[in-house]
Amino acid sequence: MLREILVLGAIAVGAAQTALAADTVDPAVEAKAFRAYFTDRFPKVTLDDFVNGPYSMDEGLRKQWKEIEEFPPYEFAVDKGKEMFATPFANGKTYGDCFSERGVGIRQNYPYFDPKSGQVITLDVALNQCREANGEKPLSFTGDDMAALTAYMAYTSRGKRFDIKLPDDPRARAAYQKGEEYFYTRRGQLNFSCASCHVQSAGNHIRTEVLAPALGIMAAMPIYRSEWGSMGTVSRRLTTCNSQVRAVPLAPEDELYRDVEYFLSYMGNGLPVSGPGARP
Amino acid sequence: MILSPDAPACARRTVLKGVLAGGLAGLGLVEASMLLPAYAADAAQWPQDAFKQKSEADALKALYGKTAEVSDKVNLDAPEIAENGAVVPITVTSGLPKVTGIAVLVLENPFTLAAAYKIPEGTQATVANRLKMAKTTKVVAVVESDGKLYSASKEVKVTVGGCGG
Amino acid sequence: MASTIRVRAIANGDTTEVQSLIQHPMDSGFIKDSKGELIPAHHIEVVQFEHGGKTVFTALWGPAVAKDPYLKFSFKGASKGDELKVSWVDNKGQSDSLVAKVQ
Repeated sequence: MLREILVLGAIAVGAAQTALAADTVDPAVEAKAFRAYFTDRFPKVTLDDFVNGPYSMDEGLRKQWKEIEEFPPYEFAVDKGKEMFATPFANGKTYGDCFSERGVGIRQNYPYFDPKSGQVITLDVALNQCREANGEKPLSFTGDDMAALTAYMAYTSRGKRFDIKLPDDPRARAAYQKGEEYFYTRRGQLNFSCASCHVQSAGNHIRTEVLAPALGIMAAMPIYRSEWGSMGTVSRRLTTCNSQVRAVPLAPEDELYRDVEYFLSYMGNGLPVSGPGARP
Repeated sequence: MILSPDAPACARRTVLKGVLAGGLAGLGLVEASMLLPAYAADAAQWPQDAFKQKSEADALKALYGKTAEVSDKVNLDAPEIAENGAVVPITVTSGLPKVTGIAVLVLENPFTLAAAYKIPEGTQATVANRLKMAKTTKVVAVVESDGKLYSASKEVKVTVGGCGG
Repeated sequence: MASTIRVRAIANGDTTEVQSLIQHPMDSGFIKDSKGELIPAHHIEVVQFEHGGKTVFTALWGPAVAKDPYLKFSFKGASKGDELKVSWVDNKGQSDSLVAKVQ
């Protein structure tokens, strides 16, 4: 089933041959083919611009986005995140103590595969792990606080190129493949896969929205949506997307969601962090 | 209340600032809360009636006491299709002389008048703001120049309603 | 507590361009909450900008102005280092003000 799905569009040649070769998935080859599909289909879009989602696809939207970016409403969330980040926990430690580079300018390294737990760790999960390790309660993965914190961390990392590592560990490969399979599998009453919208229909309209290309789609996270009037986390977006195709969403930061984020982020390697992003 | 660029309320405030600031309060004769900080926005200026109107004509009558004539010297920059009706960037500029006011109306909104601006001498006849639009609508920009009103309009298609719809 | 007002005032020769972003819900009074009850209107009514003792711009806003409202305008007569005073008041009588420096 997965192999048939992979045979769609321009991803056909390289990836299909690879996929048909049973378990020897070469993610590097797949990432190259994934990128080529988008650059071939949208020759006028510069590679880095794909991280701007719908704005790389539509001129009218882009102009409105540029006007809003002159003084974006997400500044308040970034400032709140900055304050939260600097505020010590009850035990006196801070978030900076949990991260390399004191947590500044590191967004492009997430998610990563943790060999100890055998799981993919996203930035949001890492932040809660930091909190719990220091005696604090975890934040809701879909709430405003986590959104503010990750917005600040993305902001300090803007422009840095994604560098998601896929270690030579069968568990990491398995996580990548599970994420990839989820991405291409149809689900919900509307029977859409993530790829139905973000690969096959990238740049097209779904009702009134212009669909963002899957290439670099994680680079703008978290996003401030005018629709929400607030900043929202990756979990908020993924669970909402599932609900919108009338599928039962997984729990926020479910292992499978983290695998999807791992796969998608890897596909976007080399592209710049553009978060926090403003979106319609 | 009809809008006027030379609101007398400001003069009163300036006098208070000069006389009371520091002095009387320092002596404990006047409560600090009675002092109006020199730069407090004056809520009394708000044209309550104008913001209740449902038609362009009624809103302009309440605001300026006049009607507007269409002019190509009023530039209204609005998107053809709003990305989201909750935040629509709108810019109004005009090369007309002696501009004292700019107003923006969103005809299909429950109340037509979205915003009005007072332009004193020395301030340019240009304003950029972000508005909410309930649905596809004509947007009208009005400029008060040398005592007369001039307008321009554009239709903005709104696919995702800005009022939570 | 941090101010709700962000201002960028940049002087270019004799003209100063002012951009402001104010943190405010700007509730229109038309939206219902999760319980189905109308969220009462709560929006800024007046924003005033003052330089050198003179009001250089006044905004009169209704509920149709977007959340976390933005404004951009330009005026003459200010120089780098001058003070620009900004204040707002809303329909509930709440207010905030800020003194910014022209850059």
